[in-house]
Amino acid sequence: MKYLKIYLKDHKAASILAPLFKMLEATFDLLVPIVVANIINIGIAGKDMGYILRSCGLLILMALVGLACSFTAQYFAAKAAIASTTGLRHLLFKHIQTLGFSEMDTIGSSTLITRMTSDLNQVQNGLNLFLRLFLRSPFIVLGAIVMAFTINTQMALIFVVAIPILSIIIFGIMRWTSPRYKQIQAKLDGVTGATRENLSGVRVIRAFGKEEAEVQGFSQANDSLVKKQLHVGHISALMNPLTYVVVNIGIIAILYMGANKVNGGTLLSGDIIALVNYMTQILLELVKLANLIVSISRALASLNRVEQVLDTKPSMAFPEVSAETAQSSEAVRFDHVGLVYAGAGAESLTDISFCAKKGQTIGVIGGTGSGKSSLVHLIPRFYDATSGSVSLMGKPVQEWERAALRNKVGIVMQKAQLFAGTIRSNLLWGNSEATDEELWAALQTAQAKEFVLAKKDGLDEIVEQGGRNLSGGQRQRLTIARALVKKPEILILDDSASALDYATDAALRKSLKSLPDSVTVFIVSQRTSSIQHADQILVLDDGRLVGRGTHGELLDSCEIYREIYESQFQKGDARQ
Amino acid sequence: MKKSDKKAARALQSRTFKRVLLYIKPYGLFVFSSLLCAAISVAAQLIVPIFCGDAIDYMIGRGQVDFASVLRLAIAIAVVVAVSAVAQWILAACNNRITFCVSRDLRNAAIRKIQKLPLSYLDSHPSGDLVSRIIADVDVFADGLLMGFTQLFSGILTILGTLGIMLYLNLAITMVVVVLTPLSLFLAAFIAKRTYRYFREQTEVRGQETALINELIEGQKVVQAYGHEEQSLRDFDEVNEKLGKVSLKAVFFSSLTNPSTRLVNNIVYAAVGLISALSAVSGGITIGQLSVFLSYASQYAKPFNEISGVVTELQNALACAARIFDLLDEPDQVPDAEDAVSFSSSGHVQLKDVAFRYVPDKPLIDHLNLDVKPGQRIAIVGPTGCGKTTLINLLMRFYDVNEGSIAVDGTDIRHMTRHSLRGNYGMVLQDTWLKAGTIRDNIAYGRPDATEEEIVAAAKAAHAHGFIRRMPQGYDTVITENGGNISQGQKQLLCIARVILCLPPMLILDEATSSIDTRTEIKIQAAFARMMEGRTSFIVAHRLSTIREADVILVMKDGHIIEQGSHETLMAKNGFYAKLYNSQFGD
Repeated sequence: MKYLKIYLKDHKAASILAPLFKMLEATFDLLVPIVVANIINIGIAGKDMGYILRSCGLLILMALVGLACSFTAQYFAAKAAIASTTGLRHLLFKHIQTLGFSEMDTIGSSTLITRMTSDLNQVQNGLNLFLRLFLRSPFIVLGAIVMAFTINTQMALIFVVAIPILSIIIFGIMRWTSPRYKQIQAKLDGVTGATRENLSGVRVIRAFGKEEAEVQGFSQANDSLVKKQLHVGHISALMNPLTYVVVNIGIIAILYMGANKVNGGTLLSGDIIALVNYMTQILLELVKLANLIVSISRALASLNRVEQVLDTKPSMAFPEVSAETAQSSEAVRFDHVGLVYAGAGAESLTDISFCAKKGQTIGVIGGTGSGKSSLVHLIPRFYDATSGSVSLMGKPVQEWERAALRNKVGIVMQKAQLFAGTIRSNLLWGNSEATDEELWAALQTAQAKEFVLAKKDGLDEIVEQGGRNLSGGQRQRLTIARALVKKPEILILDDSASALDYATDAALRKSLKSLPDSVTVFIVSQRTSSIQHADQILVLDDGRLVGRGTHGELLDSCEIYREIYESQFQKGDARQ
Repeated sequence: MKKSDKKAARALQSRTFKRVLLYIKPYGLFVFSSLLCAAISVAAQLIVPIFCGDAIDYMIGRGQVDFASVLRLAIAIAVVVAVSAVAQWILAACNNRITFCVSRDLRNAAIRKIQKLPLSYLDSHPSGDLVSRIIADVDVFADGLLMGFTQLFSGILTILGTLGIMLYLNLAITMVVVVLTPLSLFLAAFIAKRTYRYFREQTEVRGQETALINELIEGQKVVQAYGHEEQSLRDFDEVNEKLGKVSLKAVFFSSLTNPSTRLVNNIVYAAVGLISALSAVSGGITIGQLSVFLSYASQYAKPFNEISGVVTELQNALACAARIFDLLDEPDQVPDAEDAVSFSSSGHVQLKDVAFRYVPDKPLIDHLNLDVKPGQRIAIVGPTGCGKTTLINLLMRFYDVNEGSIAVDGTDIRHMTRHSLRGNYGMVLQDTWLKAGTIRDNIAYGRPDATEEEIVAAAKAAHAHGFIRRMPQGYDTVITENGGNISQGQKQLLCIARVILCLPPMLILDEATSSIDTRTEIKIQAAFARMMEGRTSFIVAHRLSTIREADVILVMKDGHIIEQGSHETLMAKNGFYAKLYNSQFGD
């Protein structure tokens, strides 16, 4: 609640006025049976037409004032609920942006998206309901008892007995069913999963002739869902008849005890009608309250999920200003670096040491899962090494200010991620000040100039969300260009030529050579052809550095490198 | 035009409704009990206020109370309430059973249908859409059906019953109720119409915001790599503020409906109070009857509001049902021929003059001829979209040829049972589908009766045993639906093990090793080579190094086989294949 409270405080007036006006409206609801009782007891009994007319006028007046109160309450509730959740959504987004790669990996982006969208909507609805109704229902229940007491103390005792029984039935059944609805949801998820599986695996299912077995499996999951639904349904179906019985027992008691009092002259028949009305009103409000609690507990669960994210603190701290150091000829140095990802049992990188001089091209190669990406992600400090140290330009990465560090390093990731906008707006991510000439130069180097020129609007060509109107290869080349616009001192291509054909890949590598001499380039790849001309090749296997040297040296000294090379080139002519 | 559209829509609705009835028919007994119980409980709910009113009429004032009659009425109320309570419970139980069972039956029918649908249908319909029909649409349908059963019938009965009793008691007061109550319905409809615009706006802006959130959070790593956080927050805030403004309008205006209808109900209540009080003064009705009128007046609007809700729900439910029926009505794939045979093939496959197209006016494969001898290894190469995977679709008879024929051991595959044809092939695809379940179950998918030794042997042959053993639960490790706990390459190894365990006479490998690094691939190639010995095999690959050993290489381009021969002859020919090959390795 602590974060929501901050924003509710900003809308204090609205969040107090909403329930207040709602209670005012409820007061009129509570007064209606009394007015009616008086019509009977005074107006009809005394044959006072004027009184009857006045009372009915009062009823209509109360209805109108009630309407005005209700509108006011709805407005303030909506305002407070929406304004606070809008604020909360801003806070959450801002906070998510401060989370590091490690936290993002643990939480997962799809979870964060759900929290930003459906969870916060749930909170907004719940808060709105809460502000409007949470005080109203208890107020009416208590008010009805108070009214009963003003009519007749002894008769009011019927209410004192009936209300706890009703509450026990309603809340007891809800308490029993609500965890079971979750079980039903889980079973439904099972059925959904089975459906999705049947569709995505249709070729395999048919290839293995398993159609009938799949239908059997599905119908079992389905049966178990229905069984649970029926079980829970039968119990929750008890609520209405049971409360109906209790309320009517109350009414019978009112009639019977009332008959005695009327006979004794301590009660009028209009009072009995009023009491019966209060009894029905209470039942309606308790049921409303029960439903309200369901919605609100759902909203609270959502709020918890949101606040959980807000409580996740970024694990990495960056200094305010970068430490001063002397000039260094080293671009990147790894010193006995080890890396264990949060939540992982084993090391993903073990004891890696190497040094990349400024202006060198470094190739990184290894099988899937050998730690290539992990290694390069340590350079812009996406993660902190768990042992050993990583230095950039002769200074440990931990001593760099965040923006300065990320400015020095341009990284092109495996997944070519573009953003909705234009080609230009995407490229400007690298440097918002860049001129068109600089953009075209970057596109040229990235082998993207040709296809951008071919687009009708050139640089202003629209990029749809995620760049889905471009091909995989085009996206990849644009992400490379985006990194080049930044004019980084260290450029990392993390397997970012995988969607390019061999000829384009070769042309790209050639044009990268035209970058200024001081730029250090890391090329991560599974293809030996992409890295064989590098000044230094790092061979990774299962997180260990198993070879380091030039192509020629490694062919002689590193068996794994040789195996990779030979698996991609025909045997015998490896040394060509 | 519009009129006929409406007519057509109504005709569709009534057709759908009739089919829904067919699904409900097996539960006829429950429907009957449900209707009976609804009638009982409505009758009881209408009678109790009358008994109450009568009882009040027996207590006129001090010393004027008829205790015997009050007691009699109290007992009557108790009996009616008890009967009604039981009826209410049975009603709910019956309704639950009908809806849950009908939706189960629909889902089972749908999944059975999916097994029989031609692949052309499944390939051309996004699976998300089908899942939403089978899950979400059935749910909405069930909710609508449940609401319909619980509220429609009893709502109508309540309205009729109330009207009848009120008319019996007093005409004038009844008229007031009948005339004024519909006002609340009009008011609700009026507000709904007015607020629709705001809701649409809200949906639109919310959609924009969700898209932005998706993009920026999915791309968070890039955002951070480029230090773009502040700009992103500004972009986000802009939409967020806008959403706040639009939502306030939508939420506020729509929340006016309830208070407004309540106002109408309160006015009706006051009017009824006035007229009945005046009649009571003149002795037209008793005090007890006045109480009956007041309680009816306060309840009379409720079924109307409910029914208007139910009608929308039911229309919605019928629309959902129609979508499900659309799926169930899709034509099945051509059934197996009556005289279809089953046999274990020797591996002789002939394609004669095969033509195939997915879309009628876009021929994809034309005049394709191929004669594959038992034990031959056929590799299919070519640029993306040239028809490689299509060929496999035809071999497995996932699609039927448009012209020509495919024969296995001389038998046209349209005269084989699909089960037997597909059983003759072992297939590993680029798409690594695994079932949610344990690794063991997945390897034994094609042969559930396989022994532990056989499973382990298959895993070893596929080079999967090593990583399986390292998993915390070994072969009992459960693979989750999205397979998040194992990598793409590992999944591919499991798919290979799954086929190795079955060891069918022919093999189809469609980019079977695309997610595995080249070094591991070489090792698996060796396993495949052992496996493929003496078996006819078809291999699709984009890495030319993996297919050099094939007996015949088919080079496809635009649906035609443009070159055919062994690696050496094709290289010597210096044609398209040689160009493709050199582009990969030349440098």
